[in-house]
Amino acid sequence: MKITQISVFLENKSGRLYDAVSLLGKKKINIRALTIAESEDYGILRLVVDKPALAAESLKKDGFVANITDIVAVEIADTPGGLAKVLGALSKDKIDVEYMYAFVEKQSGKALMVFRFENIDKAVRSLAKNKFVIVGKKEIQSL
Amino acid sequence: MNLFAKKEINFRDKDIETIGREELSDMQFASFMSTMRAALRTEFYKNRFAKIGITSREDIKSLDDLAKIPFTTKEDLREAYPSGLLAVGLEKVVRLHTSSGTTGSPTVIYHTQKDLDNWTELLMRGLTACGVTEKDVFQNMMTYGLFTGGLGLHYAAERLGALVIPAGSGNTRRQMQLMKDFRTTAVHVTPNYMLHIAGRIEELGFKLEELNLKKAFLGAEPFSENARKKIEKSFKIDVYNCYGLSEMNGPGVAMECVYKDGLHIWEDSYIVEIIDPATGKVLPDGQQGELVLTTLKREATPLLRYRTRDLATVFKGNCPCGRTHRRISRIMGRTDDMLIINGVNIFPSQIEEVLMKKPEVGTNYLIELNKRDELDRITIKVEIYAKLFHGSMKELEELRDQLKDELKSTMLVSADVEIHEPGSLPVYEGKAKRVIDNRSKE
Repeated sequence: MKITQISVFLENKSGRLYDAVSLLGKKKINIRALTIAESEDYGILRLVVDKPALAAESLKKDGFVANITDIVAVEIADTPGGLAKVLGALSKDKIDVEYMYAFVEKQSGKALMVFRFENIDKAVRSLAKNKFVIVGKKEIQSL
Repeated sequence: MNLFAKKEINFRDKDIETIGREELSDMQFASFMSTMRAALRTEFYKNRFAKIGITSREDIKSLDDLAKIPFTTKEDLREAYPSGLLAVGLEKVVRLHTSSGTTGSPTVIYHTQKDLDNWTELLMRGLTACGVTEKDVFQNMMTYGLFTGGLGLHYAAERLGALVIPAGSGNTRRQMQLMKDFRTTAVHVTPNYMLHIAGRIEELGFKLEELNLKKAFLGAEPFSENARKKIEKSFKIDVYNCYGLSEMNGPGVAMECVYKDGLHIWEDSYIVEIIDPATGKVLPDGQQGELVLTTLKREATPLLRYRTRDLATVFKGNCPCGRTHRRISRIMGRTDDMLIINGVNIFPSQIEEVLMKKPEVGTNYLIELNKRDELDRITIKVEIYAKLFHGSMKELEELRDQLKDELKSTMLVSADVEIHEPGSLPVYEGKAKRVIDNRSKE
């Protein structure tokens, strides 16, 4: 039920983000979702890709500081209030979201969001109980 | 590690190393008189002594008269360059070492064969005290040439019968390959270079289990206790501190023993004084000040009361190893690398001590000083340690806040902390340049 996210530590230096994504391009790795968290002098690039193991290995080999984390991808109805429904259910079960971001692709009528939870197993149980659709590794690869 | 555990104590020359203090003092006085005689043969000291009314060695009656003699400084060595401090005929000189003069004009120290032999002997004492024997494979990762770190240890380890690999500094991958292929047991290296390699062993394509490393001798620049611990942990080895300066031969002036608690300074070859760097007043044992050394055995370039600019204390009390030669502390800093930030005195070593405690930061760092709105700003740039990056912004921010807090409580000045990617800060294979002061430029 969990999917793999790659986090890359990037110092605030021009061209560094380009270096990272062009490396992935060269390795024919497709980016499905991404977000950047930033502070004054560095940022963390978070990515969901089709070949996470290869991506992490290539980045590390090229001198990037990269790490993999488990996240959860959830289908959300692409209608007003769709996201609120999911967050409402999680909040009721007292589950904190560390951060979240959206997928580039869209399945018809559905939006895809990824969530990072402090307690991932508890979050997955809550989502399943509330009948939300959790997207697995295979589906991400075939998107 | 249990500090009180019984350790194997090895001596190179037990009689000298455990000599009674009184006997040592007599020996020092005799050697001091020959040093005075040698000094009076040099143009530099002849002129200087004439000015203060010392014309023959008879004017010195005991070691207490030492205080009558003015200090010799680095500046004096520069002025006396190239031959003002030469006490023997050139036919007796077999080698010279010059210092590059990164901060000024060059200086030179000449050696007779006896000088070199004595230097080697002191280093052999130090190496033996830390358990080096003919069974060791000794990889010397210091620059060879005019810099004394290379040749000094080379000859000492070789004369002890160890297998010496004269690797020189730099080319990290080849260093690791040599270590692996020849089962190197001991290295001599600068702390910064060793820190650079520590934590990158796997990245360089090697495994710790493939190495046979047991000991590292670190010298040529000061390092903190936490830097020692970091290196000991990454390589699973014992790290020993080796002190020296080219003016006093080079490495081996003082060296730790197996107890790693202070460095024995070889008092049959040097007179040790600690002075207040501001007033020149001699301080009692236990107080920190500038280390002042007088050579007792050197024929070609005798130096009297030389101000090393290194800050240290002389320990009170005896070492459990049985050596009677007193111990000095690690070098706490140099009188000339003290930073003054908005009127507060700070030594880079204080900053290093804080950084090396944190496993999340790598072993390389840079201190940058800038002026902003008429105020000094200090920025500490560190590299993140790749294995401890978990992808969390919160963790990074906490790390930065902790570093800021700890630096503030050590230095009493607020610092900016920047976190960088590994390998982005400049790497030094010899002596590191950790401080960049942009204040005068702005």
